[in-house]
Amino acid sequence: MDGTVLPPVTSGALDVQKVRQDFPILATKVHGKPLVFLDSGASAQKPRAVIDAMREMFETSYANVHRGAYQLSESSTAAYEAAREAVARFLNADDAREVIFTYNSTSAINLVAHSYGRGVLKPGQAVVVTEMEHHANFVPWLMLAQDHGIELRICDVTDAGELNLEDLEAKLADGKVGLVAVTHMSNVLGTVNPAARIAAMAHAHGAKVLFDGSQAAVHRRVDVQALDADFYVFTGHKLYGPTGIGVLYGKMALLDAMPPFLGGGDMIVEVSRTGFKPAPVPAKFEAGTPPIVEAVGLHAAIDYVTGIGMDAIEAHERGLVDHAMTRLSAIEDLTLLGRARDRGGVFSFALGNAHAHDLSTLLDRVGIAVRAGRHCAEPLHVRIGHDSTCRASFGMYTTHEEVDYLAEALTSARRFFA
Amino acid sequence: MFDDLRDLYQEVILDHGRKPRNFRRLETPDLNARGDNPMCGDRIELFVDMDGDRIADVAFLGKGCAISTASASLMTETVRGKTAAEARDLAAHFRELAMTGACPDCGAALEEEMDRLQALSGVHEFPSRVKCATLAWHTLNTALDGGEEASSE
Repeated sequence: MDGTVLPPVTSGALDVQKVRQDFPILATKVHGKPLVFLDSGASAQKPRAVIDAMREMFETSYANVHRGAYQLSESSTAAYEAAREAVARFLNADDAREVIFTYNSTSAINLVAHSYGRGVLKPGQAVVVTEMEHHANFVPWLMLAQDHGIELRICDVTDAGELNLEDLEAKLADGKVGLVAVTHMSNVLGTVNPAARIAAMAHAHGAKVLFDGSQAAVHRRVDVQALDADFYVFTGHKLYGPTGIGVLYGKMALLDAMPPFLGGGDMIVEVSRTGFKPAPVPAKFEAGTPPIVEAVGLHAAIDYVTGIGMDAIEAHERGLVDHAMTRLSAIEDLTLLGRARDRGGVFSFALGNAHAHDLSTLLDRVGIAVRAGRHCAEPLHVRIGHDSTCRASFGMYTTHEEVDYLAEALTSARRFFA
Repeated sequence: MFDDLRDLYQEVILDHGRKPRNFRRLETPDLNARGDNPMCGDRIELFVDMDGDRIADVAFLGKGCAISTASASLMTETVRGKTAAEARDLAAHFRELAMTGACPDCGAALEEEMDRLQALSGVHEFPSRVKCATLAWHTLNTALDGGEEASSE
């Protein structure tokens, strides 16, 4: 557990039934059964506050941003920039200009891989990723390695599903590593990595660090300054916000020194027939019309989760994780992937003879939505020796009763395929 | 808890899923192709021995869900002894059966074979599972075309 990152849980408890009433879709039935949505790790459901904020913007105050000198455009710009301020507060960034809006985590990581990777890193340097990365934090670095002469080093994961920090230290030792790109929380194993410690290790060897916070930012309070993160990315749709918006946080000095990634409108201050002058950060990295209404939706989502309290959400989910560990571990023939000491509400598993795909079809029939497959983490599935697994992932609206229902269904499914 | 899934998971499917027939390697196959469902992790390798234009032996290895394994198993039983053209016809008919639940244009020529495959018709109600059922047949087509890699994505 990374004590420097996570403040003690002190705020009031989360009233899960009250929370559930804020998410209209949770009243849906699937095959006549109440929806038990256990795929929030893929994409979370949306509270009414987010839906309303986006609809209201479309209905009353939508126009393009940073362009028109008319009232609607000005109010739209103000709403978009207010979202940036909200993200900065959410991450405890020092300066809102350090928040770049992207389209998702993938595009944020690709931005860094292109701009920092090709513009700042030099051939002969190395990038460290880990075996537990989502493809979004793996393939961009593979691409960089293949066409820019960067060596890709892949840090091991232990059998318990934790990052092997000794291996990380060994991979950093020769001082050639320019960047460590690592997930803050695994989307397969649930492992929460000791981010502050990883950042300190990277910095001690002259490397910068990027955290993929797609999962972590949803479940824990993130403080980029306390972590000393150089880059931190997350996506709106897993944080109960809309699709089509993601965030790249970067330290100002780094962003300032990086060349633009996409070219187009809004990212320039001056264009001639032969050249252009890029705009300052953050506009430099926001070419084209940005996801305006999505930014407003993300703002509403951040207000929603911070209104309930990230500490309260974390406490609720820790209770769920403990309960799920107990219930799932008790199921005969069930193999749970990852037993990290510090973990969040993501449980991947294999069940006896039942293939993940068959299992998800069965679970769907009784209303339970889980993901089946390799979860965009093929290298990790090879490492752990499973072709595919089922994954149940929790959100702030997940209940103990839903975990019990999942456990019952799995027990029954095991008999079905026995 | 799952009784209404017995249409999809008929006993014959569960049986072939647990104990696939012709689940072995042919050491020097005339034709050989791999099939992959990248999204769900189904993988098969198919081996075919030809006697002239006829499929003399066919076998497979691989890992996959009950639907894809049972489909591959039933396919090997169905196409052994058929000509390449008949096997391709069966593949086309099976695809229609898996996608729509019926094959009104199948005709009488391969009726017995199609009857055997009927057990898999339940997948048409599960759009995300249709490709599990068709993977083996895609792979067979690929092998008959002389190719090596098939994907039903």
